[in-house]
Amino acid sequence: MTLLEINHLSLSIGGVAILMDVSLSIAPGEIVAVTGESGSGKSMTAFSVMQLLPNLAHVSGQIRLDGTDLLALDEDTMCGVRGRQIGMVFQEPMTALNPVKTIGDQVMETILIHKAMPRPEAETRARDVLDRVGLPADQFPLSRYPHELSGGQRQRVVIAMAIALRPKLLIADEPTTALDVTTQAQILELLKGLVREFDMGLLMITHDLAVVSDMANRIVVMRHGEVVETGPTSDLFANMQHPYTRMLFEASGHQVQLPAPPAPQPLLEVRDAIRDYRVPRTGLFQPQGHHRAVKQVSFTLNRGERLGLVGESGCGKSTLTRAILGLEPLQGGEILLDGEPVFAGHRPNLDVRRKMQVVFQDPFGSFNPRHKVDRLITEPFHLLDAPPTGPAREQAIGEALTAVGLNPGDAAKYIHEFSGGQRQRIAIARALIIKPKLILFDEAVSALDVSVRAQILDLLADLCRAYQLTYLFISHDLSVVRTVTDRVLVMKAGEIVEQGATEAVFSAPHHPYTQSLIAAAPVLPSVTQKGASA
Amino acid sequence: MLRYSLKRLLSLLISLAVASLVIFLVIEVAPGDPASYMLGMNAQPDTVAALRAELGLDVSKTDRYLAWVTGMLQGDFGTSYTYRTPVSQMIAVRLWVSLPLALYALTLSTLIAFPAGIYAAARRGQAGDVAVMGATQLGVAIPNFWFAMMLVLIFAINLRWFGAGGFAGWEDGLLTGLHSLTLPAIALALPQAAILARVMRSALLDILGEDFMRTARAKGLTRRQTLWRHGLRNALIPVLTIIGLQFSFLLAGAIIIEQVFYLPGLGRLVFQAISSRDLIVVESVVMLLVFAVITVNFLVDLAYAAVDPRLRSRT
Repeated sequence: MTLLEINHLSLSIGGVAILMDVSLSIAPGEIVAVTGESGSGKSMTAFSVMQLLPNLAHVSGQIRLDGTDLLALDEDTMCGVRGRQIGMVFQEPMTALNPVKTIGDQVMETILIHKAMPRPEAETRARDVLDRVGLPADQFPLSRYPHELSGGQRQRVVIAMAIALRPKLLIADEPTTALDVTTQAQILELLKGLVREFDMGLLMITHDLAVVSDMANRIVVMRHGEVVETGPTSDLFANMQHPYTRMLFEASGHQVQLPAPPAPQPLLEVRDAIRDYRVPRTGLFQPQGHHRAVKQVSFTLNRGERLGLVGESGCGKSTLTRAILGLEPLQGGEILLDGEPVFAGHRPNLDVRRKMQVVFQDPFGSFNPRHKVDRLITEPFHLLDAPPTGPAREQAIGEALTAVGLNPGDAAKYIHEFSGGQRQRIAIARALIIKPKLILFDEAVSALDVSVRAQILDLLADLCRAYQLTYLFISHDLSVVRTVTDRVLVMKAGEIVEQGATEAVFSAPHHPYTQSLIAAAPVLPSVTQKGASA
Repeated sequence: MLRYSLKRLLSLLISLAVASLVIFLVIEVAPGDPASYMLGMNAQPDTVAALRAELGLDVSKTDRYLAWVTGMLQGDFGTSYTYRTPVSQMIAVRLWVSLPLALYALTLSTLIAFPAGIYAAARRGQAGDVAVMGATQLGVAIPNFWFAMMLVLIFAINLRWFGAGGFAGWEDGLLTGLHSLTLPAIALALPQAAILARVMRSALLDILGEDFMRTARAKGLTRRQTLWRHGLRNALIPVLTIIGLQFSFLLAGAIIIEQVFYLPGLGRLVFQAISSRDLIVVESVVMLLVFAVITVNFLVDLAYAAVDPRLRSRT
């Protein structure tokens, strides 16, 4: 017996085809994962089931829930289905909750809006589901507001809202993408438990094949709005038919070969670095409070070395990055590049700043949309005393663009003409153009699709061979750090708890925190390596 | 919440103290001695000195400042140089016109702006939205004195529903008083309503794009329920800010409308006092307006906290 059956679903928005002939089914108690890269239509498939589509959407085909065709229902009837028969969990827990309402009110709203039970019982039910998702009453009373909770706790509230009326079907759209690995593992465990307990069907949308392989009974692979392959998880991994599935799998576990680093010779030295933040006073006459975000951190980065920095959100890795860039002063210790301090007096030391460049995470937000590429990538020239002009400038632009696999002719284009992966190449070109001694990659591949990520990682390896790059690679993604770094630092609560050669740390972690991080990170099934290479 | 309120209250008191000092100094710096101005060009020096003593102008600046502030705290604003009547009385009479007028106009403007803004936001890009936005464009563009004269032409002269000007007083009952303030209140309210409606619409449109609005829809709320239950309260913060600013403007800035309708309000009082160098009246009215503005900001701050729990926990 099937719970959800999607037959020949097609969707167009304003005349643009988004989904083409999508079919899939879910049985009660079954977890079906829809996977694919951005633009594959996986989220739109979920929103089609919810009938929460943009205004100009045109849908055809059938979406049957327990035999009822959802596409034939009018909006009022559909409102009765949402939340009651289908629950939904979203990607971004930080913004998925209304900031001005208590968590109790928001969970109860699901129950009350469907008039499922009177208010006192609804309150009891809300308390029960919050307990069930791991938010016990003593720490998380119904009167808590979302801003008082962490990301993982908020995602638990969103899940509680979605399951409050025990829906038959739960849709989870990238439910753990915005969370740290250890939190991700807990949320995935919670979802699996709920499916078993309530015999729900779970439609899980995710781009992460490693998560899929752990969770799903069946997998649906989508590309450009079409289903390219589907099957039970273990069969599908063992016997990938479609080239796109194989490409996705290979790209997810993509490994690069770095050239051997030269003999150790210090470039960046961080000694007992301390970074404090002021926190608001608790009372008018209370002393000023401080939060120590970086606690006496020391490490050395050698010339030609590729160093990784891993840790969960709030561990202080971004703060440390800003201090290394000389953007903020230290409260203790020192940071030296080439023997000179990065922060001199009250301002960044320009002599040192021109030896460093940074590549940020978001390829869409880190460029001024009104400038052309030549102006964007020559921005670091303002750090130089005598920036190149005329033909020398043209040549520098051409070289930088060629180095990252783009065309010198791209210099005359605007940033919106490029895809996310190309923009990240441009960001790397911008960093390379003044031939810095050190590049900081701050989550530089985290926002990219796996296939694009694989290409950027290859590009990094190529650049290491061509230019002997030295970089600090900051990321929460352990599998990426493992392949593009020689040595790795593990940071927790402002301290470096473990450091060592990357392979050694990953294969035999000593610190319990490193062990828990590595244990929590989902891994691709290894049996399928054969299938992938076949 | 209590700590937040106390902090806001403390900041209110400090602002008032600073404002009183600034007002006093600025007015002291202004050239012209009130006593010689009142007695004219040919006055004898000893007559001027006598008047200065009578007006309390012969003591040191510090003493005068302290006397002014302590007087105000006891409700004594001093005596007008020109009219020789207590300033507090003059202000009280005018305040009974200006304050109700400002509140009346603000109520009208809110009553017009909220539905218009919500309506436009709910029908973004459709005919209703375009119509409302066009109307608000007009409302912002038309000067309120011209609009006031049109109101007089239509409703006072042609239809004779309202008087063309003047204030009936509150002695004949609330309704009579309100009736005579209706046209000025409308003239004041419409441009404010136009601005407020635009702010309401754009604040709501921002909120409509938020993730939690989609979450609410996924729970089974209709579009309308989502807008009312989750959208409105989140959109209120920018709207409250504008309402606070508008109240301050309406209280003090109604001078042109007061002229058009011959209303004995605070705006006209300040204008007359400045022309006759009646510094004590100017000082007191300006101080009163500052007090009103700061108090309104304090109330707006409290309203923010009532609307947004994130501000309550911030200390």
